[in-house]
Amino acid sequence: MSDVMHRTCAVRPVPRGGRWARACGALTFATVGLLFAIGMPMAPAMAQTAPDTMAARVEACTPCHGNRGEGTSDVYFPRLAGKPSGYLYNQLLAFRSGRRKYPPMNYLLEFLPNAYLQEMADYFADQRPAQPDPAPITVSDDILQRGEALATGGDSAAQVPACASCHGAELTGMEPGIPGLLGLRPNYVSAQLGAWRYGTRTATSPDCMQPVAAKLTEADVTAVAAYLATLPAPENAAPLPKGSYALPFPCGSAPN
Amino acid sequence: MRPMLPQLVIISALAFTAPAVKAQSNTSNTGGDIVARGEYLARVGDCIACHTAPEGQPFAGGRAMQTPFGALYTSNITPDPVTGIGRWTADDFYTTMHTGRFPSGGLLYPAMPFASYTKVTRADSDAIFAYLKSIPPVRQKNRSHDLHFPYDNRELILGWRTLFFREGEFKSDPAKSPEWNRGAYLVDGLGHCGMCHSPINALGGSSQADAFKGGLIPMQNWYAPSLTSNREAGLGDWSLKDITDLLQAGASKRGVVFGPMAEVVHNSLQYLTDEDARAMAVYLKGIAEASPKAPPASSLPGSESSLLISLGKTVYDARCAGCHGVNGEGRPPHWPPLANNQSIDMPSAVNPIRMVLNGGYPPGTRGNPRPYGMPPFAGLLSDNEIAAVVSYIRTSWGNRGMPVSAREANELRAAPLD
Repeated sequence: MSDVMHRTCAVRPVPRGGRWARACGALTFATVGLLFAIGMPMAPAMAQTAPDTMAARVEACTPCHGNRGEGTSDVYFPRLAGKPSGYLYNQLLAFRSGRRKYPPMNYLLEFLPNAYLQEMADYFADQRPAQPDPAPITVSDDILQRGEALATGGDSAAQVPACASCHGAELTGMEPGIPGLLGLRPNYVSAQLGAWRYGTRTATSPDCMQPVAAKLTEADVTAVAAYLATLPAPENAAPLPKGSYALPFPCGSAPN
Repeated sequence: MRPMLPQLVIISALAFTAPAVKAQSNTSNTGGDIVARGEYLARVGDCIACHTAPEGQPFAGGRAMQTPFGALYTSNITPDPVTGIGRWTADDFYTTMHTGRFPSGGLLYPAMPFASYTKVTRADSDAIFAYLKSIPPVRQKNRSHDLHFPYDNRELILGWRTLFFREGEFKSDPAKSPEWNRGAYLVDGLGHCGMCHSPINALGGSSQADAFKGGLIPMQNWYAPSLTSNREAGLGDWSLKDITDLLQAGASKRGVVFGPMAEVVHNSLQYLTDEDARAMAVYLKGIAEASPKAPPASSLPGSESSLLISLGKTVYDARCAGCHGVNGEGRPPHWPPLANNQSIDMPSAVNPIRMVLNGGYPPGTRGNPRPYGMPPFAGLLSDNEIAAVVSYIRTSWGNRGMPVSAREANELRAAPLD
């Protein structure tokens, strides 16, 4: 058929400047396209459906968490990229059931099946967008030192374990359920510690984070959140494999 | 005499509708079949949605139902003999479903859709009861209701019943097909679609004359569109396939379900057999009244609305066109078309505004286990931008809705999400 079109074009007078020739060429191209479409009826239908990718499926997450889970300018919405998928899955379950309360999240997840939430968790766990730059320091050296002491050594008098004792020496977390603490803004970390202190954020029993947060003072929360935000991301920010180290006490979200 | 009356009605109904009985239910009530059939029917009736608290045991009740009259707490319908319905008989269960009265004679609050369940056949009621007797008993005491004065006085229900309740099982229409009648039985009876899709008046009731005419769902601030007007969710010009896709999968070429309807599809309609989904579709298509598209009428001054719409196009092209297409054509079924989409241009703008504000995922179902979600724009767009983009999609590509104001958008920011 396209041959016929060529011949038809050829016998027509070609105006100076070749405009007709170009139009005829375009027509031929369109005809080839039409033949292709008739020959493969699925092709145009495919072009009109949504892409069959997880990136397209999690579009609803991106205004708050960024296209690849890197976070956005809103300091209360956390980075998701690279957190252990077991941790992300636990959070998705907790938001879906309403155990973890944030109405916009509760609403979005309410009718999604477990297998699909696991896929979403896997998707964001696998993303590796660049780590953010460390936050500018806005607190005094004393406060930062207190934060560093809590994060790396804990406070034995107050029976507060070091963050590193559960979240890993590099604070990158451990599969399957312990999140890394780097790349998060201080506002987010202190809001979450506050939520644990007041019991509005809970995890599967034994809820290991609850007694830890309960022993922190408000000043401790400020200090540790500020310190964590100043740390640069390590070369490899991936969580450690399951069982890389023993937890100091049992944790419902992270069975060892 | 009174106890005799319902039985007479049943007998006469059976006598008149014998050829269509098959359209209502398979009435064999023996063996393990009855439990499986009861489980299916309990899903069609969506009992679990209200009778289960968040993170609670299935059917153990305790879910708060917020009403304009205060909070009602649903009851434990597991077979626990002390706190559930373990001591009930099939007669007790049927009486409650059919008459809206407890076995003791006490009156049920009409949050329990007994005005619909009264249409359920005795055989189906018995099957549901057999299923509920088969589930694990849960010992959980019912919580007392928390209603404002004077609604805490149950005697007031008598007045409501006089106005809005007509007791009686479903009667087939011999002029219609068995499939239409089966659909009517499911939609008007167990499916209790009218609980949301009929307008609710100030007394918390809906009149027969207004059945399926649509209305704002109290407390939830979602608009349940009319099932009879083709300008709303009337399905007169939908194909049966698109209707059954919407009911069973939650997504169709014409649109996807969201808001409270997502819950209904998730808990109930996705489990419909193909035959029942088709019967509902036939009936729903049948009750749609032809209603010509109304000419657009603006509640905003002309110059203001044209400014809004030009801002709306800018917002749309930047934020929405990537999925919904520059001409609102979408990429159905997952990215729904906005052109010629009834839920966009129907008279109430509540749903399109809320979709832009809150986004949402259709339910994950057997037919659509990995749904695509709409992003929430509440944090990204101002009231003015939301009003503008909603006005744009309501008036473009042949849509004939009215523009909306920034104030309407602002008011819905406070709408509850649970």
